[in-house]
Amino acid sequence: MTLLTAAFLTALLAGAITAGIPLLLAGLGEQLSEKTGVLNIGIEGMMLAGAYLGFLVAWKTDSVFLGFVGGAGGGMLVAAIMALLCVRFGLNQIVIGIALTLGAEGATAMLHYFQFAQTYPRLGAISSLPIPLLADIPVLGPALFNRPPIVYIALLLVAVFAYVYRKTYWGIALQAAGDKPAALDSSGVSVLGIRSVAVLLTGALVGLGGGFMAIVGAGIFVPFMTNGNGFIGIVLAMLARGRPLWVLGGAALFGACLSLTTALQVAGVDIPTDVIQMLPFAAVMGVLVMLGRKANLPSALGAAYVRGAR
Amino acid sequence: MSVEVQDPSADGQAAAKNNGLASRRLLTDRLQLIGLSIGPLVAAILVASLILIAMGVNPVDYYTYIVNRGLLSPSGIEATLTRMGPLLLIAAGLIVAFRAGIWNLGGDAQFLLGASVVAALAPVLTGYMPVWLVLIVTLVIGAIIGALWSLVPALLRARQGVNEIITTMMMSFLGISFSNVLVKIFFLDPATNVPQTRTLPVEDRLPRLFDTTISSGVLIGLVAILIVHYVMAKTAFGLKLKIVGANAKAAVHAGLSVSALTIGVFAISAGFSGLSGAVAVLGQYGNVRADWNPAYTLTIVPLVFLARFNGFATIAYVFLFSVLSIGSESAARRLGVPNYFTLVTMAILLILLGITEMLDQKRRESRRT
Repeated sequence: MTLLTAAFLTALLAGAITAGIPLLLAGLGEQLSEKTGVLNIGIEGMMLAGAYLGFLVAWKTDSVFLGFVGGAGGGMLVAAIMALLCVRFGLNQIVIGIALTLGAEGATAMLHYFQFAQTYPRLGAISSLPIPLLADIPVLGPALFNRPPIVYIALLLVAVFAYVYRKTYWGIALQAAGDKPAALDSSGVSVLGIRSVAVLLTGALVGLGGGFMAIVGAGIFVPFMTNGNGFIGIVLAMLARGRPLWVLGGAALFGACLSLTTALQVAGVDIPTDVIQMLPFAAVMGVLVMLGRKANLPSALGAAYVRGAR
Repeated sequence: MSVEVQDPSADGQAAAKNNGLASRRLLTDRLQLIGLSIGPLVAAILVASLILIAMGVNPVDYYTYIVNRGLLSPSGIEATLTRMGPLLLIAAGLIVAFRAGIWNLGGDAQFLLGASVVAALAPVLTGYMPVWLVLIVTLVIGAIIGALWSLVPALLRARQGVNEIITTMMMSFLGISFSNVLVKIFFLDPATNVPQTRTLPVEDRLPRLFDTTISSGVLIGLVAILIVHYVMAKTAFGLKLKIVGANAKAAVHAGLSVSALTIGVFAISAGFSGLSGAVAVLGQYGNVRADWNPAYTLTIVPLVFLARFNGFATIAYVFLFSVLSIGSESAARRLGVPNYFTLVTMAILLILLGITEMLDQKRRESRRT
């Protein structure tokens, strides 16, 4: 097999991480919203806003760091509308989520049309931060331990969220806002406050994922570039049943298949990319058919909290 | 034809007391309902106009153009009505699913697979049977393909309670790719270099209405919505679905076979999406190109919600959406406003409709107490 050279494997693994990080951030973000009882269908839009604003800021300021801040900010901007309409005012989460996705798709595509459609500016390659010793491991080293810092931060977030959910007061409060909002309310904690913060943080995480796609992944912003990644994030969050580590596993699986698609194309293997794109979904469906367990979602998921309504 | 009044429980007792009063109530309620739809529409156009002004486009010109192209010009209204056919069928399927509390979000794959299988079969079948029979057979096949694609999510939900939002979305991604594989490898038209299926000749497609280019697909869509509306409102089956949707546990206690109903609902809902794909191919496109995906489902979901699953309101919203999308497609070419602007307008409209509905609900609650 000429395919299985070290260079090919490195490229495959590196590509899997590049494709998987946005999915990971989207899944972690969605998981946070869902824990508190907000079914956040709008993350595709938040991701796209993050990709646009992240690219714009990185391009204008020439600073990758500010670009990521811009990406998180773009996601939060859309999330703020969601928090206001769905958490404060209790509007239908599905309708508003889809509206925000459509709106962000339209708005970013129009902004791109007026700003970049003639020139298509590109960002330069961004510098990576090799981790001593680990970066020297063959294949694994260059693919995983010689990457931009944002990659390490995203992976660390998995551990941070796992700790917060399991060990801290905040983790319990988040869970309670989704499972027994009335009980949380009567213990003197603001359900709407917790949910609003969670939705805003979701926006920041997902927006960061979008920013990653534009700044690290593509180096360019194109309309609709998130291409369903936000929706895959929703699927990952639901499959993970509240566990951040499972989101990581899912993002790795989907990222690997996306990477395999491009790698085989580059290697000149003549299979339509659609066949490989089917793999992760087919695999997860297969697992679901065999295990067939309930999704274990928070009981108040999707329902607006109105004090005294139940 | 009667317009169904929303949330009749609020007015039920008054109606029982006095017929005259009730009918006056009905009238004001109907007027309010219309106001509730028109108000946000006007507000959305105003907000969108501000954006247009910021872009340096005269909003009056823009909207005049849209109404002219999407509604008033003969070719525009024909395109609008033709587009409504597939959209209404998707809406009909969503109404059934949502009423029963089932989140079938996999409509895009059900639509596409129905479309590509029908596009592959129809031109071949015309060699073996009369055109009218081909049309009937392929419409049925489209519906069956759509329904089959929902079978796994249906069984998982009915037997094991696996959340169907996950499974239908996964099957949707899977099906969109699978449809592409079918078109690119198995259904390829050998006569062209473009990756697409064979093309059904115009004379073999669904008949056009009168002397226009309007496809009779719109009639199929209208009939489907009206049947769904009637079945949901008047029949025992519709009532059963509503009970399952409102409270599945109570439905079990009431002796309903929830798992059989669940599988049935999936099949009906996905069947309508598959039928929609068949109608789009047989009435309008004639073939399926590789990577084609109009992704109608996501725009129809909120419309069905805002119509509160009411068939007539759904028809109105779908009509509005079709005018807007047909009109803005040509406005993009003529006025330099990118087509993406429709997405922004849709978002504003959905948000304002949502806010209006919330305010209306608060008003109802305060009236009740």
